[in-house]
Amino acid sequence: MNAPTDPSAIERAEKLQGMGCKRKRVEDVRFTQGRGNYVDDIKLPGMLHGDFHRSSRAHARIKSIDTSKAKAVPGVVAVLTAEELKGVNLAWMPTLAGDVQMVLADGKVLFQNQEIAFVVATDRYIAADAADLVEVEYEELPVVIDPFKAMDADAPVLREDIKDKKDGAHGPRKHYNHIFNWQIGDKDLTDAVFNKAEVATKDLLSYQRVHPCPLETCQCLVSFDKIKGEITIYGTFQAPHVIRTVVALIAGLPEHKIHVISPDIGGGFGNKVGAYPGYICSAVASIVTGLPVKWVEDRIENLSTTSFARDYHMTTEIAATRDGRVTGLRVHILADHGAFDACADPSKWPAGFANIVTGSYDFPVAHLSVDGVYTNKAPGGVAYRCSFRVTEVAYAIERAMDIMAQKLGIDPVDFRVKNFIKREQFPYQSALGWEYDSGDYHTAMQKALEATGYRKLREEQKAKQEAFKRGETRDLMGIGVAFFTEIVGAGPSKNCDILGIAMFDSAEIRVHPTGRALGRMGSKSQGQGHETTWAQIIATEIGIPADDIAIEEGNTDTAPYGLGTYGSRSTPVTGAAIAMAARKIKAKAQMIAAFMLEVHEGDLEWDVDRFRVKGNPEQFKTMTQLAWAAYNKVPPGMEPGLEAVSYYDPPNMTYPFGAYICVMDIDVDTGVHKVRRFYALDDCGTRINPMIIEGQVHGGLTEGYAIAMGQEIVYDAMGNVSGVSLMDYFLPTAVETPIWETDYTVTPSPHHPIGAKGVGESPNVGSVPCFANAVNDAFKFLGSTHIAMPHDNYRVWQAAENLGLHQ
Amino acid sequence: MIPGSFDYHRPNSLGEAVALLSSLDADARVIAGGHSLIPMMKLRLATPSHLIDLAAIGELKGVSAAGGYIVIGAMTTQHELIASDLLTARLPILKEAALLIADPQVRYLGTLGGNVANGDPGNDMPALMMCLGAVYVLRGKAGERRVAARDYYQGAYATAANPDEILIAVRIAPPPAGHGYAYEKLKRKVGDYATAAAGVILTLANGAVATCSIGLTNVAETALFADAAAQAVLGSKLDKATLARASAAAEAIASPAADGRGSAEYRRKMAGVMTARALSRAFARANG
Amino acid sequence: MSKINVTLQLNGKSVSAEVEPRTLLIHYLRENLNVTGPHIGCDTSHCGACTVDIDGKSVKSCTIFAVQAAGAEVLTIEGMAGADGKLHALQEGFREMHGLQCGYCTPGMIIRAYRLLKENPNPSDEQIRMGISGNLCRCTGYQNIVKAIQYAAAKLNGVEHKEAAE
Repeated sequence: MNAPTDPSAIERAEKLQGMGCKRKRVEDVRFTQGRGNYVDDIKLPGMLHGDFHRSSRAHARIKSIDTSKAKAVPGVVAVLTAEELKGVNLAWMPTLAGDVQMVLADGKVLFQNQEIAFVVATDRYIAADAADLVEVEYEELPVVIDPFKAMDADAPVLREDIKDKKDGAHGPRKHYNHIFNWQIGDKDLTDAVFNKAEVATKDLLSYQRVHPCPLETCQCLVSFDKIKGEITIYGTFQAPHVIRTVVALIAGLPEHKIHVISPDIGGGFGNKVGAYPGYICSAVASIVTGLPVKWVEDRIENLSTTSFARDYHMTTEIAATRDGRVTGLRVHILADHGAFDACADPSKWPAGFANIVTGSYDFPVAHLSVDGVYTNKAPGGVAYRCSFRVTEVAYAIERAMDIMAQKLGIDPVDFRVKNFIKREQFPYQSALGWEYDSGDYHTAMQKALEATGYRKLREEQKAKQEAFKRGETRDLMGIGVAFFTEIVGAGPSKNCDILGIAMFDSAEIRVHPTGRALGRMGSKSQGQGHETTWAQIIATEIGIPADDIAIEEGNTDTAPYGLGTYGSRSTPVTGAAIAMAARKIKAKAQMIAAFMLEVHEGDLEWDVDRFRVKGNPEQFKTMTQLAWAAYNKVPPGMEPGLEAVSYYDPPNMTYPFGAYICVMDIDVDTGVHKVRRFYALDDCGTRINPMIIEGQVHGGLTEGYAIAMGQEIVYDAMGNVSGVSLMDYFLPTAVETPIWETDYTVTPSPHHPIGAKGVGESPNVGSVPCFANAVNDAFKFLGSTHIAMPHDNYRVWQAAENLGLHQ
Repeated sequence: MIPGSFDYHRPNSLGEAVALLSSLDADARVIAGGHSLIPMMKLRLATPSHLIDLAAIGELKGVSAAGGYIVIGAMTTQHELIASDLLTARLPILKEAALLIADPQVRYLGTLGGNVANGDPGNDMPALMMCLGAVYVLRGKAGERRVAARDYYQGAYATAANPDEILIAVRIAPPPAGHGYAYEKLKRKVGDYATAAAGVILTLANGAVATCSIGLTNVAETALFADAAAQAVLGSKLDKATLARASAAAEAIASPAADGRGSAEYRRKMAGVMTARALSRAFARANG
Repeated sequence: MSKINVTLQLNGKSVSAEVEPRTLLIHYLRENLNVTGPHIGCDTSHCGACTVDIDGKSVKSCTIFAVQAAGAEVLTIEGMAGADGKLHALQEGFREMHGLQCGYCTPGMIIRAYRLLKENPNPSDEQIRMGISGNLCRCTGYQNIVKAIQYAAAKLNGVEHKEAAE
């Protein structure tokens, strides 16, 4: 779509506040006045509160549960255990990954803090008191904590429910603690390349267990109407329609009697995609008591039991020629899923899109194999601002490229550029099965190098290294580089579904008689600003001011079926549906315009907010006039009204990419780091709202910083979990958070109606390896090849200690 | 997230507070700023049956100078410590350390008394009180007594105070004008307790260290008065070897727990590094 | 557990409710008075989403019992706009500078920024960052929050706001 050039057109486009404008956000009006409507703000008459009694053990048989003291507390209305749930066949629930998960502990517990009993009371203080009074007798069992030991011959059995099942949801299981093996690529060809490789690297690159930790925890308010036989569920759901489908499947209620509403959500980041025991227990409690039941988890519950992210252990090998051309990539991943495989991936992808591990590089051959295992930890994992497993493998490839560059003695930028997929190779078929839509890596990298003065930084670093060796300084300087390509926008129906429903998305747009409009989409913003940006797309497509367009999301009764917002899929899929629906409206408006102006449709051209006659521009009809006409007098044979629905099945994913460069100084004697500079260039194709893009990048970089430099959920050898309150789980304040420099290039997606790719998760994908590479880069000249994350003060100090730097 | 139940009392006078504390159940607690106690109550790690709120007792507030001593009321908040011109002039190390405690909101309510009274090894002020040779004034049913900060801490959450005693004020003889001071606190982020921290007060004579006291935070069950480390620097101009000896002496008495902040070995070493850095900064300050 | 009456001034009006002594101020506001601007984001007094202004102090309302605030003057986000609905400079600044995304930290952040600008009407960026270090945000990375507060500071000081090049 070409930008208007004549002054009147520019002025009219400005008034529209359409695509490309830094339109101020609609959402802010209520959020800055304390008028957000989050789940815990909602109250229903007679509402009860639910709270869990949770397991103190990591692995134990339950010998008895005594709920009598809890039930005796005045104000307690019900206490649910697995026994009560079995009565309605809900003691277990299906996960999105084809596994099953206990809703309440059934015979045994499998991770510390697992839900055992659900206490329902008239207020949350009473529920908390009563939850403490549930008494559980445990018979402890040996634990499996190290995923590398999960498949030992003498490993304890974790999942007795599937102990004898030789086949899981994704194929054969090699061991009772094994979940799946997933492979892709040409194993024989790859092995052959490695067998004759001139140079090869092999490293175990682990991405630690972390958690998305949105500021608002998971919560729901469920109300079952016994008279109508209908259930209404308010909840923190990134995918409300998916939740409705889950409820329909497990509760045997028909879809038209299930009303799922996601109101305002205080951050999701993947934490709020799947269904949790709290939702199911609240629903059962509401059915049993006949009253609305609210469940709000606290932060420790959130961090220790709702789905974690990552915990991927990636043995990554690169083969290359001595002069720096990569010839092969071989990766084996051990995936720790905790007690249940509650991954929120598209169903055919048990390891998400891990096969994007080829990254931005032209590997002629590659092979990837992933083994998932059970351990005594919280179940999962989810895509913490990362599409599906993309952050994990982006970390692996970007670290591995740095390690190989170091081995070859080539600068890490030069090594990357030498192996980039070239612009003319797009659309690019990767050796692991993806067709990358578009990219111009060389231009982006060049821009990044110039903006940061990269070569001068390397000179400075050399000088500082000499100074360190001479004992003149105790600081090390690291320069981190990451050039990521990620895969988002799940996804085409041919290979993407959730619970059997294809991963299209949807938009319904209705233009009112006075030229205002209402849009309802299948996505669900948790801070991404859809109320603002979706209107911008419509504004540009059909020439109505964005301020005249109301956007609604999150109510399954009114929104067309969508697969929700996560994995940066909203702009690629829902955004496309919006454009397509808008174009249907525009096409109808064009016919009306032709009729009113008494010309053929082909004689009309579009001019920002109107159709005008070619060669006769004073003859025009604005969309506002056409809207009225649609309700007033349409051409013979045409229905009145002006609205359209589009369900968009994307032909492909999209492939945003970026060049990130980080300069870091490390105090060797304390392990403390200081980020001197962080430059992030992102290419997300067409940019809908630059202000919002910049905000998304800032936020994602900050999350990536936290992950690389300190976040970790830790289990000790007995299965005790730690790092699960904000005392220890690293959320940086404004003081620690670096200042971000953002930049961009624009390489539109050729298959997307507006050329947009999505951007929300790119910064998390690219920044983690960038920070990790910076830390590693600081120590390279002293002989270090790989230091694992997180790079908190202690572990950076330990790396220095291991190198003998504290003599 | 939800605390257990308790009865709430808000006495208007110190006498009333002491009477309540000695007459109520053994698990009755006083509450000052509440920013140590309430978080523990929310996790149900502390379950007092009575809370005696000291907020309405006027005589527990105020910072004054009298007879060569600075007297700080126990209910003086960190925010008030930072804002006090008297303390900035005479005891600047308190402001420096207070700015490193928690965050702005916590500092508005958190008190000096609350920070020193209960023996939490993570708190910053106890080490400084030891450094400064502070004396705590305690009031109980038997009356008033004074205990030196250096004698007050017996173990984690164990102090020399009797169950019926309330810490009502801190008395400090300020070091001479122009003294060197520094509080060096290594932490993971703003708001965290110390991975290790060292406070130093020193004076010079002819350019060399004449007097020195060093306190260490969060590297043992109590704050530590690092006397050997301080002795090691007397008479020196803090040359490299002397600093190394002081660090080693600080490490020798540290026995930190391993936790999310790092291994015991790392934290011990950091006690040494913080000691050296605090000494260097204090020395630079004393030299003007 | 017997309840006690807690009365205080909330956003300029007298309010009252019967609560237990253990009722946290945040619950008194959200549950008893239906004032749902301040939010709960953690259990350990770190996140600051619950921040309110009590008698001129920024306070985490999850770490104080309602009864301790009896008789005090409390300000929440709901009290920031003028009686005529005119937004406070901070509310305007947060929108102008894109200082929020999901909105969950925003009420606490604005209330803290309000007191910060009273403490220091002309803060540097670094002083702002220190000043809001008791308020966590997961969405914005703080950079635009700093700009929002600078915008408000300029407006309150009657100065033209110049956006710093970053």
